[in-house]
Amino acid sequence: MKLAYWMYTGPAHIGTLRIASSFKNVHAIMHAPLGDDYFNVMRSMLERERNYTPVTTSVVDRNVLARGSQEKVIDNIIRKDKEEQPDLILLTPTCTSSILQEDLQNFVEQASLNSTADVLLADVNHYRVNELQACDKTLEQIVRFYIEKGKTNFIRENLKTSLPSINLIGISSLGFHNNHDTREFKKLFNDLNIRINCSLPQGTTVKSLTKLPAAWANIVPYRELGVLTSQYLSKQFGLLSLILLPMGNINFNRFVRNLIYNLKVKNNEIKKITNIKLIKLLNLKWIKKESNKTNLKTKKAIIFGSANHVAALTKLLNKEVGLEIILCGTYCKSDSNWFIEQVQNYCTRILVTENHTIISNEISKLKPDIIFGTQMERHIGKRLGIACGVISSPIHIQNFPLSYKPMIGYEGVKTIMDLLFNTLNLKDRKTSFMLFKDTI
Amino acid sequence: MNQINNSTLTFQCETGNYHTFCPISCVAWLYQKIEDSFFLVIGTKTCGYFLQNSMGVMIFAEPRYAMAELEEGDISAQINDYEELKRLCTQIKNDRNPSVIVFIGTCTTEIIKMDLEGIAPKLEAEIGIPIVVARANGLDYTFTQGEDTVLASLIQRCPSKDRETEKINKNNSSLFPSLSIFSKNKNESNLSQDKPNLPLVLFGSLPNSLTNQLEHELEKQNIKISGWLPTKNYKELPVIHEGDYVCGVNPYLARTATNLIRRRKCKLISAPFPIGPDGTRAWIEKICSIFNIEPTGLDEREKAVWDSLENYLPLVKGKSVFFMGDNLLELSIARFLIRCGMIVPEIGIPYLHKRYQEAEIKLLEDTCRKMQVPTPLIIEKPDNYEELKRIEQYRPDLVITGMANANPLEARGINTKWSVEFTFAQIHGFSNARDILELVTRSLRRKNYIQQLGWKELVE
Repeated sequence: MKLAYWMYTGPAHIGTLRIASSFKNVHAIMHAPLGDDYFNVMRSMLERERNYTPVTTSVVDRNVLARGSQEKVIDNIIRKDKEEQPDLILLTPTCTSSILQEDLQNFVEQASLNSTADVLLADVNHYRVNELQACDKTLEQIVRFYIEKGKTNFIRENLKTSLPSINLIGISSLGFHNNHDTREFKKLFNDLNIRINCSLPQGTTVKSLTKLPAAWANIVPYRELGVLTSQYLSKQFGLLSLILLPMGNINFNRFVRNLIYNLKVKNNEIKKITNIKLIKLLNLKWIKKESNKTNLKTKKAIIFGSANHVAALTKLLNKEVGLEIILCGTYCKSDSNWFIEQVQNYCTRILVTENHTIISNEISKLKPDIIFGTQMERHIGKRLGIACGVISSPIHIQNFPLSYKPMIGYEGVKTIMDLLFNTLNLKDRKTSFMLFKDTI
Repeated sequence: MNQINNSTLTFQCETGNYHTFCPISCVAWLYQKIEDSFFLVIGTKTCGYFLQNSMGVMIFAEPRYAMAELEEGDISAQINDYEELKRLCTQIKNDRNPSVIVFIGTCTTEIIKMDLEGIAPKLEAEIGIPIVVARANGLDYTFTQGEDTVLASLIQRCPSKDRETEKINKNNSSLFPSLSIFSKNKNESNLSQDKPNLPLVLFGSLPNSLTNQLEHELEKQNIKISGWLPTKNYKELPVIHEGDYVCGVNPYLARTATNLIRRRKCKLISAPFPIGPDGTRAWIEKICSIFNIEPTGLDEREKAVWDSLENYLPLVKGKSVFFMGDNLLELSIARFLIRCGMIVPEIGIPYLHKRYQEAEIKLLEDTCRKMQVPTPLIIEKPDNYEELKRIEQYRPDLVITGMANANPLEARGINTKWSVEFTFAQIHGFSNARDILELVTRSLRRKNYIQQLGWKELVE
């Protein structure tokens, strides 16, 4: 047992549901007690979703506890099959129901005999993996299922698209600025004359997963989601994978160079476009000018969040803006080796923890000028009077902005710069208000 | 749908596939109500995630609640539950020093059969803080019923001897009695001489301003209650004698009522709940009738409230409202809205304790007859999918529902009101009837502006 007030990542089933609800026409059925379907509320509220969240519960109540689920789960699966006619029904256990140790796999097999939809059991251990790991696993499970299912009757010829194309893997519902990032990616690939073969899981049908091998490469912007899938595709079809978040100039530059290299395109047109954009982008004068104005050079920052976003942002703030990063950390324990390797040259200290009190203590001890973190760090900052910008989940409704605010690519740099300067200026403005009040 | 003046209500039961909050959410309002308490929810990450997200910004205000998060070792009984809980409780004692720790049992503790009721007394003796166990789990209960389980467990902690007299005795026997306490006691005893406490204990957690309002209403009828469960502090839990009268203020407290009757031999006053001016009036009248008091001034009081609502009533008159059901307040709110002139085709409700809600059901029937509207169909354990189909068919003017369905319904051109707001808003008593209508009419008023723009449905 551990005493916990706050957690950075949700339980495993949230991850599974995020994947299920991202796909089109996939329905998830939770084997859970009443009240565990809070995911529907979050998705409806945070994403301001106009459609019903395709998640229902096969309720575990006293009767189930006493006699077992018996036909209940199967009936619920078949009922959903008739009502919604989904392509795939994903049965999801929860922390609670997984202790019951019912043979859910058996239910799935029985139900699939009588349903037109495919039925799968989400293969995640609720006491060993968290939300992000479950996302990754579930996506891989679904992709693997459909690739293997298609193997017998579809293109085993490994036909590539004639024009360079990629799979964009890892865009999901309830992801941090994911929808905006996707738009920015689409613009970027359009500029580079690269087709998006498949963007998953958000907005894709499971039926179209069979065309995944036709792409020339996989793009995985978020390390937390999609690495397993891209590994599977690499193994099966020799697809190259680019696992990099193009956030900030340096990462973006690397991203474009790697992309061109991976796709082995020798198209001058592409290079011309990239070069112009890159020259424009790499002209860091405006950032430097701004930095001088606000004396950014001397500012100290603490960054905390998901491994992926923190690593990218640390490089950006340290190399490009010139902030001193006195501490950077992540709650992604499973990815700590990669994280440490990424940031060790850019910051004074590295912290890997899932305990918000440790970060809170560090922040109050180190007294940075600015914090970049999650909603929790924002509140720590509020308490200590330190400005904070939110750069990673867990997030609130205000982090699902309606306006266009990507974190990646050309536009992303602007968003981050706005965030940086506004956060810092707001603090300065506040102190000048205070002075003003005092003199009067 | 139904026959007008059909005098009895129709009850049906569906599959129980509906969205609601987990009953552990009761810690959110109970830790604020009982100010010296600490709530320890013994459960998994799922429970923690739910609380963290549903409580919104409250979570950042150092709440007096925590999760005892069960890990794999706890589930497989490799770790001793007692030792673990002792370690956590000692930590809580050192950090917060509460007057009571409430263990909230969850689905997981039920399934692994963790003997919280057995552990609590031992642990209580060892660390010296009272430990109350409430099994507010999603296997058995819904949303607001969480409060019911906590209050039901608190009952056995209510003293049966008068603490006040004990205190005075103590003060007298002490050599240097604190002057302030002494004089305060004196004042209080003077007051209580004016209006003797009737053997009446009210139960149900309400914000302090609301309890004051309701107590004031009763005092106007010369009724001074002897206590309220729960109180602001755990240490001030009310004295309950055998034979005392008890009366509930919320419709979801059936278990608490049963425990008061069976364990403390109290007499339950079955009254409608003080929600809306009609409910408040009926509630007061019923209590008065028990103590043989002729209620005075209620007519004018109720009329004044209805008069003050005249801006809202035209907005709701003749409009239909559909309750999808998730917090057990549905019956009382529906009854008030029917009285306001609305039409209610269907009331979904998670669970209906017909005996505890007897008076409320009766008032609902009377109200339907009085307002000449069809009696609503009452559906226990509703099925959200079926409900949505009926909503699509009936197209009510307003659907009172949870957040999971609210945005999608709005996108389909159906007005909604988020039902959870009724749990947290102040809706009891005469003066808060306005707040209920404020909530109910919000989306109706918004519709008036938006309709001019011509966007009704926003989905393909």
